[in-house]
Amino acid sequence: MARVSRRSLLKVTGTTAAAATTGGLAGILASGRAPAYAQTSTVHWLKWNDFVPAADEHLRKKAIPEAEKALGIKITLETINANDLQARTTAAIQSKSGADLIMAFNSNCQLYAESLADVTALCEAVGPSQGGYYDTMKGNCHDGKNWISVPYCVIPGLIAYRKSWFNAVGATTFPATWEEYRAVGMKLKAAGHPLGQTLGHTFGDAPGFAYPFMWSFGGKEVEADGKTVAINSKETIESVKFMAGFWKDAHDEGGLAWDDSSNNRAFLSGTIAATLNGASIYIESVRRAAQYMTEDGKEMRTDIAHAPMPRGPGGASAFHGSQSTMVMGYSKNQKAAVDFLRWFHTPANFEPWFTSQKGFASGPTKVWETNKMWDEDPVMKPFRTAASVGRVPGYAGRPNQKAAEALTKYIVVDMYAKAVQGMAAEASVSWAEGELKKIYSV
Amino acid sequence: MRIATTRAPRLRLGRALLNQGAKSEEPDMASATTTTTMMRSAMPAGRVHQKAGLLEDERWFAAALLLPTAVLLGLFIAYPFFQGIWLALTDTRVGVPGNFVGLKNFEKVWNDSIFRTAVWNTCWYTFITTIVKLVLGLWLAQLLNRHFKGKAWVRAFILLPFIIPTVLSTFAWKWMFDPTFSVLNWLFWQMGFITKRINWLGEPDLAFFSIIVVNIWRGVPFYAISLLAGLQTISPELQEAAAIDGANAWQRFLHITWPLLLPVTMVVTLFSVIQTFADFQLVYVLTGGGPANATHLFATYAYQIGVGTGLLSEGAAISLAIFPVLFIVVLLQLLYIRRVETR
Repeated sequence: MARVSRRSLLKVTGTTAAAATTGGLAGILASGRAPAYAQTSTVHWLKWNDFVPAADEHLRKKAIPEAEKALGIKITLETINANDLQARTTAAIQSKSGADLIMAFNSNCQLYAESLADVTALCEAVGPSQGGYYDTMKGNCHDGKNWISVPYCVIPGLIAYRKSWFNAVGATTFPATWEEYRAVGMKLKAAGHPLGQTLGHTFGDAPGFAYPFMWSFGGKEVEADGKTVAINSKETIESVKFMAGFWKDAHDEGGLAWDDSSNNRAFLSGTIAATLNGASIYIESVRRAAQYMTEDGKEMRTDIAHAPMPRGPGGASAFHGSQSTMVMGYSKNQKAAVDFLRWFHTPANFEPWFTSQKGFASGPTKVWETNKMWDEDPVMKPFRTAASVGRVPGYAGRPNQKAAEALTKYIVVDMYAKAVQGMAAEASVSWAEGELKKIYSV
Repeated sequence: MRIATTRAPRLRLGRALLNQGAKSEEPDMASATTTTTMMRSAMPAGRVHQKAGLLEDERWFAAALLLPTAVLLGLFIAYPFFQGIWLALTDTRVGVPGNFVGLKNFEKVWNDSIFRTAVWNTCWYTFITTIVKLVLGLWLAQLLNRHFKGKAWVRAFILLPFIIPTVLSTFAWKWMFDPTFSVLNWLFWQMGFITKRINWLGEPDLAFFSIIVVNIWRGVPFYAISLLAGLQTISPELQEAAAIDGANAWQRFLHITWPLLLPVTMVVTLFSVIQTFADFQLVYVLTGGGPANATHLFATYAYQIGVGTGLLSEGAAISLAIFPVLFIVVLLQLLYIRRVETR
């Protein structure tokens, strides 16, 4: 019998394991990057799970196979939870490895500007030939000199409301000003169907409501120079005071804890009468028409209409969500990745994707307003031109890295949330001013 | 046949039984040498032979045995830790290698009102949950230490909150606290306790209360089971003797159970404090640090700044701010445990 003693076994396995551990990982550490898995001519595309699942299915089953055939490359699409996107992007940039194309939401691409490939040539080919990009898209994806991310689509936010409930309190047309909206909201809340909005830490709905609310009163974060903090103004204080009363009078007070999907559920379950949102509420009510009913047994979809946010003393405003695609600076496949984006944004190839959105997403350029898809459903019609009104955080300056920082810190959202919780308007605005100054002074 | 021997006295009896054919009943040093010689002669000559010689030296052998652990700890604990310190001293942003800026990040963080909120929150959160978890856990352990039907089942079930992945159970709690669909509100309303919805995660104080409740729910089983294990090492004779001497249940707990259980309690509390102080998942899922930053902890705020905003250096500074506090806590507790052990 061969003798395998405890010590000799330990010696052999121990040295092997140590060698494997130190050699392998030390090698990785020395090279300063994670092991490269897919750096052939495969383009790895990372984006969030589309809120319209049919659109991702279209990409997987049709668009990508067609692009692969047309361009002779391989494309891997990876879709993840929206909340994980930033963590993945940060990790990829720090390790200089990962997907070749990564989706960015709103102005997040500004946070990563130094790590992105210049896509000016592509954007200048696509934009002007398709009626020009919306200001929202240019604001988010352009750094003042170059395009840093390729506009993908706008996700406009409009107020979805229940026509019958608004009618019942005498509002036959949607209120045009915040004062009118508040008066209608008071009656609706008294009738047991308040307005619903979130002021929580959510990436979509809370900033989508708080920023344009401030702008429509004439408030702004900074002056046009993009440096001088200007939030502590009469207009902003007025807006915060208004919000505190408006919230109490007309809103579902649970909204402080809502996430991006809470208002959808509250609306579809018949708890709230109106909410600012993408088109997902209506689209869901159509998709499962039999599931969502009004109190008198009609399909809820027949009782939903859309309207833009009311005007304030400073005019009408909006902050629409938008998506863009970043070509990563570390990518070895930049050419193939850009080729794919060029292919995707060619009208003939983009149209089937655009149609699959059914109006949830508008195109990044104005030419898509004339698409026949908009004739399919009159309820979706207000979304057709919604993207043409809109600003981006950082107003009145440019949406740079500082503005993106203020956005991800929820400073404007929290300014309103604090007032709603009882802080004096002046105090909450001056708190926000202090926070913004810290960001802009560095 | 012979087996390799050790000098551990505890093994002697077993070895003696196995070594029936061996002449010596007391192998010790002499026998060990014989065995090694045999081992050597069984091995192929050359390089391996030299290595075996090297490993014969206990210092080298110990070092070799420690090496894998040291490498793992170095790579996954020490390297990130020092990298974190370095990051905190630079102005690194995501994708932009930073320059050394000294303590500027700490200064910025110190003047940050949200950071101060996070500090207070974390301290209160840890303090309250640790005390409640300890009391509840101890109480539960005492109950479980008794004999009753289905004891094994109950003990297994008690562990459930600890076994379920935190993110999953926290999502379940999130639904229970949902502002619109809360089952807790429904229950209280049905029972007639409330007339309007309780905004569990929307009011700052209530939201803080809610995350504390969930943390306690998740943490009690760890205390209960660990303390139960400790209780079972206490000889029942001591309790019986005290009872015969006329000590009541409270006196028996105070003078027998508590002091004997203290070392275990200290270790359990130590682990729990460290975990609670660095808690992330629970708050991230339930509130994301809101409403208006009322529930931010060190970890969630560091994540928001480091990953959400891309300010890696500031994020590192925030998470490093935990270190001195934890260091003191750990030091005090370890010193105490050592004193108990050497007594």
